[in-house]
Amino acid sequence: MNLAIKDIRHNLGRFVLTTLGISLLLMVVMGMGGIYRGLVEEATLLVDCLGADLWVVQKDTRGPFAELSHIPRKLEYRVMAVPGVKSADSFISNTIQREYRGNPLRLTIQGLSWPNDRGQTLPIYSGRIIGQAHYEMLADKSSKLKIGDKIPLGKNSYTVVGLTYHMNSPAGDSMAFLTIADAQDVQFDISGEAIRTERAARINRLQSIDLGHIQPQMADRAGGMASGIPALGTSMVSAILVHVEPGYDPAAVASKIVSCWPDVSVYSREGQRELLLRGIERNRRQLGLFRILLILVSGIIMALILYTLTLDKLHDIAMLKLMGARNTVILALIMQQAQLLGILGLITARLLGEWIFPYFPRRVVLLQGDLIQLVLIVLVVSVLASLLGIAKALRVDPGEVLS
Amino acid sequence: MNGISNSIVEASGLTKRYGSGNTEVMALREVSLNVVQGEVVALLGPSGAGKTTLLTVLGLIRPPDAGKIVIDGTVVFDGCLMVDARKYRRIHLGFVFQKANLIPFLTAAENVQLAMEINDASPHAARRRAMELLDYLGVSDRADYLPAKLSGGQQQRVAVARALANRPSLILADEPTAALDSVRGRQVMELFRNVAHEQRTGVIVVTHDHRALDVFDRALEMEDGMLRTSQSLNEEIRHKKNK
Ligand SMILES: Nc1ncnc2c1ncn2[C@@H]1O[C@H](COP(=O)(O)OP(=O)(O)OP(=O)(O)O)[C@@H](O)[C@H]1O
Ligand SMILES: [Mg+2]
Repeated sequence: MNLAIKDIRHNLGRFVLTTLGISLLLMVVMGMGGIYRGLVEEATLLVDCLGADLWVVQKDTRGPFAELSHIPRKLEYRVMAVPGVKSADSFISNTIQREYRGNPLRLTIQGLSWPNDRGQTLPIYSGRIIGQAHYEMLADKSSKLKIGDKIPLGKNSYTVVGLTYHMNSPAGDSMAFLTIADAQDVQFDISGEAIRTERAARINRLQSIDLGHIQPQMADRAGGMASGIPALGTSMVSAILVHVEPGYDPAAVASKIVSCWPDVSVYSREGQRELLLRGIERNRRQLGLFRILLILVSGIIMALILYTLTLDKLHDIAMLKLMGARNTVILALIMQQAQLLGILGLITARLLGEWIFPYFPRRVVLLQGDLIQLVLIVLVVSVLASLLGIAKALRVDPGEVLS
Repeated sequence: MNGISNSIVEASGLTKRYGSGNTEVMALREVSLNVVQGEVVALLGPSGAGKTTLLTVLGLIRPPDAGKIVIDGTVVFDGCLMVDARKYRRIHLGFVFQKANLIPFLTAAENVQLAMEINDASPHAARRRAMELLDYLGVSDRADYLPAKLSGGQQQRVAVARALANRPSLILADEPTAALDSVRGRQVMELFRNVAHEQRTGVIVVTHDHRALDVFDRALEMEDGMLRTSQSLNEEIRHKKNK
């Protein structure tokens, strides 16, 4: 005869409410872990998805995610010349925040190396990949954009032709993909007024020095397009993504690139992941501490509940002792209730979480391994929580039945 | 009756005091008693005389300060406990109190079963005997009811069934019929007598009810922690029995 279950059946309402309360707490504990897993996933997603073997970035920066990195796009061709390089694609990434149909729209824009890369490696939720060199866009479905939406960015509008899923930047923003040329247009878009002001300022600067007077034709250049001025003319990207020819060692190719050009740094895919994870290390610790606090709170609440459940039964426990029940009978009664509370709370937490977490603005990833770890923690906590009640129960004098 | 040699309880020199200093109470003073197999003994006396204390001492619930207790040939107390009290209670003793003290979350049958299961009986055998006992006590139709759904008398009869479950050699009952009307009360007392006579069990019942005295074989009287055989009460018993 299982006394724990018989008692729970007798006090079902209270037990269910308690379990629900515990499960909400455990759901938050689980969610905290899930948020961290989500951060890791989002942080490393792009690196994994792009699948580049090497990341060539501006010298001594930890770009392009952890830090800004600017390198000339022409570096692509230099890198292509290195033996063992299969492909070198420009990578450009910048986050914009605009207003679209009255709602704020935040997008992290990635340039795809048209025509090699049209988005075919991305997880497509609906629609298609990019089909032409300009004015088409893939957006993540978390941006709430729809296929056919025309987003005005800079001087052009871009039509959403496909939606991806789970493509969020390390900062959690929805990603959007344009061809690299379009992405550069968006990144370096400057309003007409700003261009006019800048050109006027250039003419002014020129005329304030000798050169402006000696070489008047230079003023024409200064008042023209920026690309017409050789010193400013190169277009910049954030990084160059390198795929290595099969049979070549990426590390060897990387050291070759670095030894060739002193103006770049190179990271392997692993190195890039590590940089990104280091960026969220503090978040991990922050969330971890909150989890510990929440587990402590759950433990204390469980202990108090189990204690009051035990107090309610003190007379019955005295009677059990008087009848000669072994301590193990009494121990099992309390501890089994504690464990049921913990386990049922955990199961409910998991079910609630699976239902609720998808509505959270950022990804919450529940991993099997984390769950098993939590099961073990909850079992230990529930045993500890029952100790208070057990201590009380073991001190009860069977003679109290008579009073 | 088989005679004095078949003692169920032989106690001598039992002393019990509660508290200390100014608040010290001598609840038992050098109490000695002897109950033989199959004997049903009534224990009477004014409130505070020490009747309940004597039962808790004999039941190894609260050991005495001094004295010797032999139950069914086993020395259970001689200056100190000689046996594992809880194990001894489980196997050899049965208790009934003024209140039934049933476990509220177990049904009538389960309450009786539990007494046997904590004594290592198989659930199946325990269930069968529980039903037999409830039948014997006339409450088998309430076997699957929770105590809260039973009347006071029904609860008390379940409590008696529970006390009998492990076929104890000694039953200790403290005012078991106080909550019952006189007819029901008498039924319970008669039940004890039948069990005692059929199973050679010793029964000590604390009671205030003189009307059911004829059910008992003998009456003892307590006063201020001392026990004595009351001539007048035994006279009363003989008188009633002969009626
Ligand atoms: N736990 C206790 N602590 C201190 N004193 C106690 C305790 N239990 C009983 N006593 C005292 O011991 C004496 C005997 O008490 P006991 O309960 O044995 O009397 P009783 O004969 O059963 O009385 P009643 O007929 O009222 O039940 C009383 O004076 C009582 O106050
Ligand atoms: Mg009493």
